[in-house]
Amino acid sequence: MIPPAAPPAHTPASTQSRVLAAGARPMVEAQRVSVRYGKHVAVEDVTVSIGRQQITALVGPSGCGKTSFLGTLNRLSDLIPGCEVAGRVSVDGEDIRARGFDLVGLRRRVGMIFQKPNPFPLSVRRNLEFPLREHGVRDRARVAEVVEQSLRNVGLWAEVKDRLDAPALALSGGQQQRLCIARALALEPDVLLMDEPCSALDPLSSGVVEDLIGQLRAQYTVLIVTHNLAQARRIADNVALFWAQGGPGRLVEHAPTEAFFESPRDPLTIAYVGGLRG
Amino acid sequence: MSPSHRDRALGWVLRATAALVAAIVVLIVAFLVVESAGVLRKLGPLRFLTDPSWHPTSGSFDLTAMLLGSLLVTVGAVVLATPAGVASALFCRYYAPAPLAKLYGRMIEVLAGIPSVIYGMWGLMVLVPLIGKWQPPGPSLLAAVLILTLMILPTIALFSDAALAKVPDRYVRGAAALGLTRWATLRGVVLPAARSGLFTGVLLGMGRAIGETMAVLMVCGNVVQTPGSLFDPIRPLTANIALEMGYALGDHRSALFVSGLVLMGMVVVLVGTAELVSRGRLHG
Repeated sequence: MIPPAAPPAHTPASTQSRVLAAGARPMVEAQRVSVRYGKHVAVEDVTVSIGRQQITALVGPSGCGKTSFLGTLNRLSDLIPGCEVAGRVSVDGEDIRARGFDLVGLRRRVGMIFQKPNPFPLSVRRNLEFPLREHGVRDRARVAEVVEQSLRNVGLWAEVKDRLDAPALALSGGQQQRLCIARALALEPDVLLMDEPCSALDPLSSGVVEDLIGQLRAQYTVLIVTHNLAQARRIADNVALFWAQGGPGRLVEHAPTEAFFESPRDPLTIAYVGGLRG
Repeated sequence: MSPSHRDRALGWVLRATAALVAAIVVLIVAFLVVESAGVLRKLGPLRFLTDPSWHPTSGSFDLTAMLLGSLLVTVGAVVLATPAGVASALFCRYYAPAPLAKLYGRMIEVLAGIPSVIYGMWGLMVLVPLIGKWQPPGPSLLAAVLILTLMILPTIALFSDAALAKVPDRYVRGAAALGLTRWATLRGVVLPAARSGLFTGVLLGMGRAIGETMAVLMVCGNVVQTPGSLFDPIRPLTANIALEMGYALGDHRSALFVSGLVLMGMVVVLVGTAELVSRGRLHG
């Protein structure tokens, strides 16, 4: 067998130590993860460790595989016809790509927020109740309690408590996105994946959602894809830069936010942060 | 002709076509009204519901048994075909592997195109003898219901499939990301989202069932009576018109137009309901 190519200079070995304290157990770990759609390779050879209860921003230009990578962490990539994932992904030490892995349990533990808010065409209350019940929370009092608490956690309770039975699609875009976050939080996940959760919202709603994401730190492990470097700087503990140079996207640099912006090591990061590229 | 003239000419041609189509609907209704007006004025509409029986040549014009026959076959067929049609669409869109789904979809389309007399022939030669062996005589309400079920099944399946196709993919992905099983996603998210489209399909299937004549006529037995069981022969309004129109005269003939008017009214109500539903004013 031909041994795998020697890792390039900016691989995890050099970056990991900057992000994770020695001996810390990562929440999410990817080892040499690649994603391809048919012949097109979207991301190649991503190795990264994500610390617990931290916010990690995935940044980089469009089409560099950030979203594709995110989809491997809850195996939503399984739903895309022709999408193939290689490498090892583990959540809390468990290999989630193992044969027969409990997908329902995985997706309960790893919630996802999409770019476009996607509340179900049901009432506000049903949007929260339905997934809860499907995951076995059936006690009425308990369900009502979780519904209220989840809405309070996203600052939506005061706004919707008098119209819990109104259609969720009648809410504003920002409210819908917060409802989606509440819906994910109601299942008490460990990890939240967010795919540009603010980019489809108006500036005011975007600010509200961004503040909310900032508050999730310390309770959840958050991975957030964003095109907004200023946003990454405001909310993230760590930043990971993805870059596709003519070929598939790769992880270029993964560093604590301050180091990422103040003392980037990779020339691409230096250029990107300096606004020269991307 | 300059482009703007051609545009205007096309506009007028299309307007004329539309006017013609609209005029046909109005003319048919007007024709039914005019033809039935004589007997309605002479006897009053109530006689059609209160007379002791349907013996039009002896001046007895009760339509209730046949009206009930029409309603029972329609309701029976819709009750059976709705779950089957929706299930077929769910299978096609969410469970079947792509090549099978395509083949299956084509087969449903062919099923929708089979002439009703073929359904009738099959019913007469296969279904009726089978029922007759089990519960004589054979030609019955049940036979009519089963044949109609087969006939409206493709209508409901095709409309359900179109309704499911319109459910945005982001609902399905959102549900998957919440760890919902496929069945929970369909039951809790997809079907409610497609509800108004599904309902429209059912109403159109129902319209087809009410109006169907030939296939039903061939298997229902055509006895004018209120059925006491599923195995009794019946005669729906449509079959009655087809059977008697050839020789009916005078008031009898007018009475058949009255039943035509009643059928037309039922279909208008259904189409109107379907329209309201698809606009989301009901259940939407």
